[in-house]
Amino acid sequence: MDDKELHKANARLVWRMVVIALLMFGLGFAIAPYYDAVCNYFGISGRVKEATAEQALKVDESREISLEFVTVVNGQMPLRFRAETGKLKIHPGQYYTVNFYAENTSDKKLVGRAIPSISPAWTSSFLKKAECFCFSEQEFEPHKERKMPVRFVVDPTIQADTKEMTLSYTFFDINEKTQTIKN
Amino acid sequence: MSVATHDDIHAHDHHDHGPAKGFMRWVTTTNHKDIGTLYLITGLIMFFVGGAMALVIRAELFEPGLQYVDPHFFNQMTTLHALIMVFGAVMPAFAGLANWMIPMMIGAPDMALPRMNNWSFWLLPFAFVMLSSTLFMDGGAAAAGWTLYPPLVLQTGNALPFTVFTVHILGMSSIMAAINIIVTVFNMRAPGMTMMKLPLFVWTWVITAFLLIAVMPVFAGAVTMLLTDKYFGTSFFNAAGGGDPVLYQHLFWFFGHPEVYILILPSFGIISSIIPTFSRKPLFGYASMVYATASIGLLSFIVWAHHQYTVGMPLAGELYFTYATMLIAVPTGVKVFNWLATMWKGAMTFETPMLYAIAFVVLFTMGGFTGLMMSISPADLQYHDTYFIVAHFHYVLVPGAVFALFAATYYWLPKWTGHMYDEKLGKLHFWLTTISVNICFFPQHFVGLAGMPRRIPDYAVQFAEFNAMSSVGAFVFGFSQLIFAYVIYKAIKGGEKATSEVWEGAEAHGLEWHLPSPPPYHSWTEAPDQSLISELH
Amino acid sequence: MKKTLQLLAGFWSVLWGVANAETGSGTGVGWGALNLPAGVTPDSHDIHDLHMTILWICVGIGILVYGILVYSLIHHRKSKGVVPATFHENTKLEIVWTIIPFLILIAMAIPATKVMIKVYDTSASDMTIKVTGYQWKWRYTYLDEGIDFFSSLDAKSNEARQLGSKIDPATVEHYLLNVDKPLVIPANKKIRILLTAADVLHAWWVPEFGWKKDAIPGFITDGWIKVEKPGIYRGQCAELCGRDHGFMPIVVVVKTEDEYKQWVAAEKAKQEVGKVDASKPLTLDELTAKGKEVYASNCAACHGAEGDGVPGVFPAIKGSKVALGPLADHLKLVLHGKAAMPAFKDQLNDVEIAAVVTYQRNGFGNKKGDSIQPADIQAYK
Repeated sequence: MDDKELHKANARLVWRMVVIALLMFGLGFAIAPYYDAVCNYFGISGRVKEATAEQALKVDESREISLEFVTVVNGQMPLRFRAETGKLKIHPGQYYTVNFYAENTSDKKLVGRAIPSISPAWTSSFLKKAECFCFSEQEFEPHKERKMPVRFVVDPTIQADTKEMTLSYTFFDINEKTQTIKN
Repeated sequence: MSVATHDDIHAHDHHDHGPAKGFMRWVTTTNHKDIGTLYLITGLIMFFVGGAMALVIRAELFEPGLQYVDPHFFNQMTTLHALIMVFGAVMPAFAGLANWMIPMMIGAPDMALPRMNNWSFWLLPFAFVMLSSTLFMDGGAAAAGWTLYPPLVLQTGNALPFTVFTVHILGMSSIMAAINIIVTVFNMRAPGMTMMKLPLFVWTWVITAFLLIAVMPVFAGAVTMLLTDKYFGTSFFNAAGGGDPVLYQHLFWFFGHPEVYILILPSFGIISSIIPTFSRKPLFGYASMVYATASIGLLSFIVWAHHQYTVGMPLAGELYFTYATMLIAVPTGVKVFNWLATMWKGAMTFETPMLYAIAFVVLFTMGGFTGLMMSISPADLQYHDTYFIVAHFHYVLVPGAVFALFAATYYWLPKWTGHMYDEKLGKLHFWLTTISVNICFFPQHFVGLAGMPRRIPDYAVQFAEFNAMSSVGAFVFGFSQLIFAYVIYKAIKGGEKATSEVWEGAEAHGLEWHLPSPPPYHSWTEAPDQSLISELH
Repeated sequence: MKKTLQLLAGFWSVLWGVANAETGSGTGVGWGALNLPAGVTPDSHDIHDLHMTILWICVGIGILVYGILVYSLIHHRKSKGVVPATFHENTKLEIVWTIIPFLILIAMAIPATKVMIKVYDTSASDMTIKVTGYQWKWRYTYLDEGIDFFSSLDAKSNEARQLGSKIDPATVEHYLLNVDKPLVIPANKKIRILLTAADVLHAWWVPEFGWKKDAIPGFITDGWIKVEKPGIYRGQCAELCGRDHGFMPIVVVVKTEDEYKQWVAAEKAKQEVGKVDASKPLTLDELTAKGKEVYASNCAACHGAEGDGVPGVFPAIKGSKVALGPLADHLKLVLHGKAAMPAFKDQLNDVEIAAVVTYQRNGFGNKKGDSIQPADIQAYK
């Protein structure tokens, strides 16, 4: 191989490697939506699907699942957030409504967003919601309390030995910038 | 592939075939040996910088209570110590060895892309100045650990963008170095130098280079997402916007696990060069060494989440990553057995490079055992984020990667400088280093198992004895390295003239031993004789 | 020099302890401080046994490998005049040492899988406790009982761990492993632990319980424990969570079922008392005495035990504009927080807030002279 050929061969190989590097850089970003899709599909990390229309399901009166409701307020958000009940015994296939209350305890208007999560994580694909306040922006006037209903059903095809599930909502202040801890 | 004609072009460029003079020689150099030297010196300097940070950490941990530094500064030290040792010391040092040795080993005059080579080195000093400057910024340097996990890392002050840009620059530099090595090995081999004739060091570097090209961009992407999350309102990792902090961990470790092999594979290559030379025997199982290295490289892409056993993955995920990770023990075991078989029935002598190589085999295997233990996910629920892990990865990185670098330096220093190094001082350096490294890291297994978490600046009093011991070991280790720096300085300045083969019978183990010591400025201006290559083991 | 001697003596005693170690569990010097605890829950026993199995397998392989190496180093050296062999491959041997490790791995993977399945089985639990990680404390919420409180590093450890405190940690009982208010649970009940965080990642880890798990903001993860023996068990946050990551311990007090019920009743009564108290005026002395306690465990970490703060970082309370200014501003800061200052409205009750604010306005030479009553806090809210 003479010099010219060598240069050509080198250039070709360099470009191939550069393309691989660029593809891998892109892959990193492509993984983000892909990861979301996989997690949502399999219910990994306890994600909850978006609300779906109410459908008629066969109610299984013979089974009872204890569903716990957990509320968390992230960071310093001045919000008093609670569920009307901590625990509900439910039958798979039947629709229920549970109210959540959040009170703004500050003098300023708050804008928050609630992120749901379900434990054990694998059960999350069986909890279907017809009405939900999660993922969308919620506004709270100063010192006002708001009622936010969640209407849901547990799919009767859920594994027979399921006895407990937990539905958690974490409220994030979406106006709050991440604080830098000085020092 | 003939490279003989290369002589012609170079004749136009450099009439004297010698280096330019003065400082500008180093700035403008496109010579593989000059660039190799620059990389090696940078690696050594950063080794001392990162080491000084380690000593700050060990000084604070010498006894319970906070004596010297604020916890926030302590966290900056652990973060920067890791980033500097990984990206500043070990990786540039390996790149330096690759630059120096690969053309000499494959019978080429220089690297394939000399100007890019210059650029990929000269990015480094700027990156490290930028990274170090973050220490003086408002809010201090990044303090979230080298893994830079969100949301904590988003609490970093002005240092975050600089840390991210440092990663970008280092990534570009590594990718360019990797491309250069791949092109050199694929296109510049001397006639007769087939892939299965390549020295193991070259093979391991080729595989490392592919890993670098594949994963450095992923890391660059992940830290870019951190940047946009903090400053441009995206929510890749922010749960409030529908993101997931755990996604970062997947991206990071998809980079991070191959990265730890980037740090160890070239070491395997070095050890595979040294043991045969001093055993006076060909390397046992050359082909299986190549396949083992390649399979370790491939496996590294499918085991990343074993760093995340405690994040609450689904059971199936935990089990899959457990099995896949355990598999790595098989090719790694093959390597260790091959080294043993190489020594078996050899006629060993124990010069400093061989001492370091043997210590590597012994102590890296120790790190391998603890690695195997923590591949078992239920057990790792205990080990995770404790000093047991700290002991494990320091065993594979210090008596692993760093010992391999010491071994390589002593092994090739006479070739580079043309002078034998001071064997007495070399042995002193070896014994001090080997004893102190064990005093430093072995007790960390115990405190970790007994319940001491990692990345804490202060600890409960029941961990005091072992921590004091560990600190003493760390200080002895740290100061012993001054001997190493002195040995190198002394060999550069002068000493007993080295022959071209340097080590008895070395000529059979690599082409580099057929060049004079020190070698000419352009290594193989004429392709080595075919007979030299066919005589190689 | 004296220090060095003490240190050497320390090493000696440790080495002696290792040499005389007996297998089994225990705490303090010896095997107990060297190895994983055998634990007090079914998971922790399984994990400990698994750990010991792998450890011994590794020791076995290690003896073999190192034995061969040492033999070779002794016998195959040039100084003995050996002539090196020339062999460089042996397919049979290479196949053997690929297959045998593979079989050993399978033998390890089977028990590992069994244990992991058990660890993941959180079903059929008797009660649920939500654990929330904060920078830098834990919050425990008993979902069934409605009990909810924060648990942070105890005041003594906190004082001793300050940079340059001059307090010898050895004199502090359970230095860095003690909290102001521990988690209390009943023995022999399967308890489901739900984990989440309110700011950054944390990880909840009590070694005696066998596992740790990350607490992730926005998500819940879970695990379970069933503690066989009443006692006090200690652990720490295991995921780097910022400046005071090393200072947010976990203490779990395990009681018999009866004692646990008494504790729950007492906790509930205390909540009631808190409400009654709020309407009753307290004297300045009562308030400052109580306030001093509250200050030590909630404020002193940043603002200093003497209210000096850290110049340029944490404001001083001594002579502070807020502490000497209008009450409403002071309350607002304490209740809702600002920047690095946490909001205390959910962490402290009205009596505690009244007390600590009174203490801040009258202690450290501030002498504002006003005594803030719990009723004022209610009024402000």
